Amino acid sequence: MSDIKAPGGRRWLFNIGIAVIVLYCLVPFYWMVVSAFRRTSDIGDNSPLPSPFSLDNFEAVFSPAVGFWRSLGNSLVVAGTTTIVTLIVGTFAAYTIARLDFRFKNIAAGIIIATSMFPGVSLIVPLLKLFTDIGWINTYQSMILPSLSFALPLAVWTLATFFRQMPKELEEAAMVDGLTRGQAFRKVILPLAAPGMFTTAIITFIAAWNEFIIALSMVNQKEMKTATVAISQFTGAYGYDSPFGTKMAAGVIVTVPLVVVVLIFQRRIIAGLTAGGVK
Amino acid sequence: MTATDAPPQAAAGAPKKQPSTAKSDPQKHGRLALLLLTPTFLVLALVIGYPLIAAIRESLYQKAEGVDESGFVLEGERFVGIDNYSAIFTGESAERFWNAFFNTTFFTVTTLILEIVIGVTMALVMHHALRGKGLVRASILVPWAIPTAVSAIMWQFIFTADGVANEVLNSQILWTTEGFQAKIAVIIADVWKTAPFVGLLVLAGLQIIPNDVYEAARVDGASAWKQFWRITLPLVKPALLVAILFRGLDALRMFDLPFVMIGQRKQSVETLSMLAQEEASQLRIGPAAAYAVVLFVYVSLIAYAFVKLLGADVIGEARARAKETKQRKAKAVTA
Repeated sequence: MSDIKAPGGRRWLFNIGIAVIVLYCLVPFYWMVVSAFRRTSDIGDNSPLPSPFSLDNFEAVFSPAVGFWRSLGNSLVVAGTTTIVTLIVGTFAAYTIARLDFRFKNIAAGIIIATSMFPGVSLIVPLLKLFTDIGWINTYQSMILPSLSFALPLAVWTLATFFRQMPKELEEAAMVDGLTRGQAFRKVILPLAAPGMFTTAIITFIAAWNEFIIALSMVNQKEMKTATVAISQFTGAYGYDSPFGTKMAAGVIVTVPLVVVVLIFQRRIIAGLTAGGVK
Repeated sequence: MTATDAPPQAAAGAPKKQPSTAKSDPQKHGRLALLLLTPTFLVLALVIGYPLIAAIRESLYQKAEGVDESGFVLEGERFVGIDNYSAIFTGESAERFWNAFFNTTFFTVTTLILEIVIGVTMALVMHHALRGKGLVRASILVPWAIPTAVSAIMWQFIFTADGVANEVLNSQILWTTEGFQAKIAVIIADVWKTAPFVGLLVLAGLQIIPNDVYEAARVDGASAWKQFWRITLPLVKPALLVAILFRGLDALRMFDLPFVMIGQRKQSVETLSMLAQEEASQLRIGPAAAYAVVLFVYVSLIAYAFVKLLGADVIGEARARAKETKQRKAKAVTA
């Protein structure tokens, strides 16, 4: 259908446009990857391919002095727990907003979406004081609890989109067949919603994995820092001023698993991101 | 702030459909809805409601320092009323606050404009392109998936004095040092990460515009430019407005990028979030809370103004309905 829209002359223009977009998105990322594979001493090199190719930077990242494995583990615990809690709590709310009729429905939806606009730092100030008082600084829960503030609205909104896409007749038929609404939800809706829930889990996990300001504020012990905070504070295994090689390698390690997952599930993720209209 | 003015019942109760037994009993749904919504609202009250109230309270207190008149060392905190706020707006720290306020607003406005222009262009290209759709869809998700802190380090590296940016531009700009160039560097890094996302949202809006609208316009002899202004833009407006609202509010709380890329206490890029976070990390809770409340009020006002003035419809269902009616209207006009 779109070939009617683009007459022959302009078609190649759009193809160039596509190439420009791809380059725009990938070139800076490519630069990080390339630089990660240079020798530490070649980091100022601006050639498009690493020569000679080297894994020095990756060895430096995983040297025991840096303790990056621990940071990755911390990120996994915080983002994983946040995602699981969010999905368990949020699924019910999302189903309710997508499928049930009740008064104040728009208000309930409005409140949930309004909370997603809340500036993170406004939470951190009072929570920092509270967590200091109760000795929660440098704990996982001090990062997980505040992370729910942005993860939960995001998950509810994305999930509601997926629930809304499923035909209403499904559960109506199940209820006509004698199932209660709860049974219809468990036996009919939930299995069918599994792909949507999986997508929501990915989107929520990425948001929690990328979180920075909470993890930065709530933790000052090296052993408890998440990967994003740890990278930003690398002082370098070799004691250089700005260990960009190590930082680039760490950046690649933190990013590439996400990018691979995102590429595998790109269609679903785009559906989840756009239909909700929410980040 | 975001509720639409449509009557709540009309939103879901499709009048055409045969109401099932469960549906004719709103009370039953009401109770079930309450039950199912409770966990989410409890969590939100705990992680957002409580901190918000606590922040407002803290902003009226200060850590007690020094000794009182009878020579006792003061401990704990004391009520100072609006002192923390007046200190922000007129006191010693006023200059720093207004600078951060300006930076925050400047970043928001500039990145939003660039994101809209680049994002809409990207969406149009992707919508019309015949080949490479899979590739472009995959690559457009890469900037989105990269953590902001990592992208900040990546751009910091690109912008080093002898880095690739200076080589490509054949310049010798010290991008990441204090000055206007630091602002530019932050804006470039932010737009790189977020414009593709805006493009994605706008593309979704473009894809639901029926093709016959364009055909009719072409039959009527409308130029491509005219089609864009008269058809594409009005029809994609709801999706675009929501994207702008969310991106704008995200930009207002910008923290990671300037913090990691340029650094703390850098006048040229310090935002309100950075200011509040730094005060909090020094455990100067009173002033920090005041900054946090000011930022919250600022964000809320912008969101409110946006929803009221531009009619950004953030609740998806209502948006879908608006789109339907618009499409119907557009169809009726061109039929």
